[in-house]
Amino acid sequence: MTTYIIRRVIQSMLVLVMVTMIVFLVMRLLPGDPIYMLITEDDLIQSSEEKIAALRHEFGLDKPIPVQYINWFSAAVCGDLGVSIIHRGKVAKEIIGRLPITLHIGLLAFIISIVVGIPLGVVSAVRRGRWLDTGVTLLANLGITIPVFWLGILMIYFFALYLGILPVQGYTSPFEDFWMSTRKIIMPVFCLSVFPIASAARQTRSSMLEIMRQDYIRTAWAKGLRERLIIVRHALKNALIPVVTLKGLMFRNIIGGSVLVETVFNIPGMGRLAVDGVISHDYAIVQGIVLLIATVVLVVNLVVDLSYGWLDPRIRYG
Amino acid sequence: MQRTDMTETPLHASEFRRIMKVLFSRGVVVFGIVVILALFVTAIFAPWIAPYDPYKLDLNQTLVQPCKEHLLGTDALGRDTLSRIIFGTRTSLMVGVVAVCIAASVGMTMGLIAGYFGRWVHAIIMRFIDALMAFPVILLALVIAVLLGGGLRNVMIALGIGLLPAYARLMCGQVLSVKENDYFLAGRAMGAGNLRIMFRHVVPNCFPPLIVLITMMMGLTILAEAGLSFLGIGIEPPGAAWGAMVNDGYQYLLTHPILSFAPGFAIMLVVFSFNMVGDGLRDALDPRLRGVL
Repeated sequence: MTTYIIRRVIQSMLVLVMVTMIVFLVMRLLPGDPIYMLITEDDLIQSSEEKIAALRHEFGLDKPIPVQYINWFSAAVCGDLGVSIIHRGKVAKEIIGRLPITLHIGLLAFIISIVVGIPLGVVSAVRRGRWLDTGVTLLANLGITIPVFWLGILMIYFFALYLGILPVQGYTSPFEDFWMSTRKIIMPVFCLSVFPIASAARQTRSSMLEIMRQDYIRTAWAKGLRERLIIVRHALKNALIPVVTLKGLMFRNIIGGSVLVETVFNIPGMGRLAVDGVISHDYAIVQGIVLLIATVVLVVNLVVDLSYGWLDPRIRYG
Repeated sequence: MQRTDMTETPLHASEFRRIMKVLFSRGVVVFGIVVILALFVTAIFAPWIAPYDPYKLDLNQTLVQPCKEHLLGTDALGRDTLSRIIFGTRTSLMVGVVAVCIAASVGMTMGLIAGYFGRWVHAIIMRFIDALMAFPVILLALVIAVLLGGGLRNVMIALGIGLLPAYARLMCGQVLSVKENDYFLAGRAMGAGNLRIMFRHVVPNCFPPLIVLITMMMGLTILAEAGLSFLGIGIEPPGAAWGAMVNDGYQYLLTHPILSFAPGFAIMLVVFSFNMVGDGLRDALDPRLRGVL
């Protein structure tokens, strides 16, 4: 097991280095000289060729690309992600202020999608062909279809404007006013969790149906074990592997979805920050966010991969 | 698990009939096929189907509620909503088809090379794919779109890059399993070159799952395009895109909810249809893929 963990950790770190290279190269090699991101427009009018060259030298932009990459990488590792043009501050500080908001909503959606999605899939598989299965399948198919931003608008119209039982939009920290915070995040969390719930249910259902046909399940029935025991201990545990893989990918989708949900519900999270950064061409912010999100996703994927070992001991020796 | 070699035994008519029978046996799949056909017809004949010019401003007729003349009302600039939705099919389909083509061709090539040559080629390409998979598609597309500049063309490129990992991984896995077969070894033994083996033996065997993946990805791509255009990235202002229409209508939600509801419903209908047809194709072509795709 230890070898497996070490191998996976090293592999993840290699992928992370690859991620930083992609982010760096995309930002540097595509059109747009980074020097113009560092100086404001007024400076640009006043400054001469020599002045720009001096600046270029000061920021190390006259060095070869690999050297630039190493400089940028070592700064990034120490938490220095550069300066935001629009927010006039350190990128790292700006992002850290927003991160908890996105994680608050995103993690809740992630947990809900597991707690709701997997049981729905199990029930649907066990009651195959009944009305419950038909209902769950239809809902799941709609759930992987509905545009999350549109669902948000529908909910705002119905619950906030028409019925008036929930606040329209915004975000309040749970430490400030827990009740208000909860009321405000009900709709965003629901919107974000619909797609992962639906895909978890679909995946669990099909993988449960596969497992329920196996010989050892028939043996378990023949032994006279109780239905609950067969489903939970014999079938579900084996059916969970593809679901767990999917959940790792799902976390990435939740973060992606939060870009849209934060826009619809006007939540000052990281997704909103990224969109603002993109619209105002604030490259440093975008670069920082992309890097951070990729890192978080990789860590989640690593945890997911390590949980395989617990679900399926065969993998440890694979 | 052994796969039948399709290069040696072409698809028989009876096999084709079986696939069609499975495909048309489920109501939702038939529904999806009908919607997709209607979508293509609408996109091609949009100028003749649309009751009004979707770009013509009519400042005397702004924010009209749904009525006989304007079935879905008009927007803040007096443009007919129904006509704009009809023209929006062109945007959605074009982005969907082109982005999927980019993703499929580039992704399949990468997967093919990685799976075929194995070892360090495999390691480098697949780690790169893993790295690409760490970015949320929409965020990656946002970044690429902003770096390349706005416009529909760059959205297609961005989505193509964002969606390529699925194809690369599928292709790589398929190649690895094909390599286990005896006919592959036989080809090798008879002195066939790398390219010949890849295109005569490996590629044809990967077709069924790829057709399924392409259909399923169409829905996802259209959904992602709608998300991007909702954020204001993609088509330039006078053009019609469903996501952008939902966003434009959002401001008038209280008084004119139809402006947001109608284009959003169109997105959902189309994505649902592609997903259902994808599911149907999977069950018809290769039920073993259930759960994998």
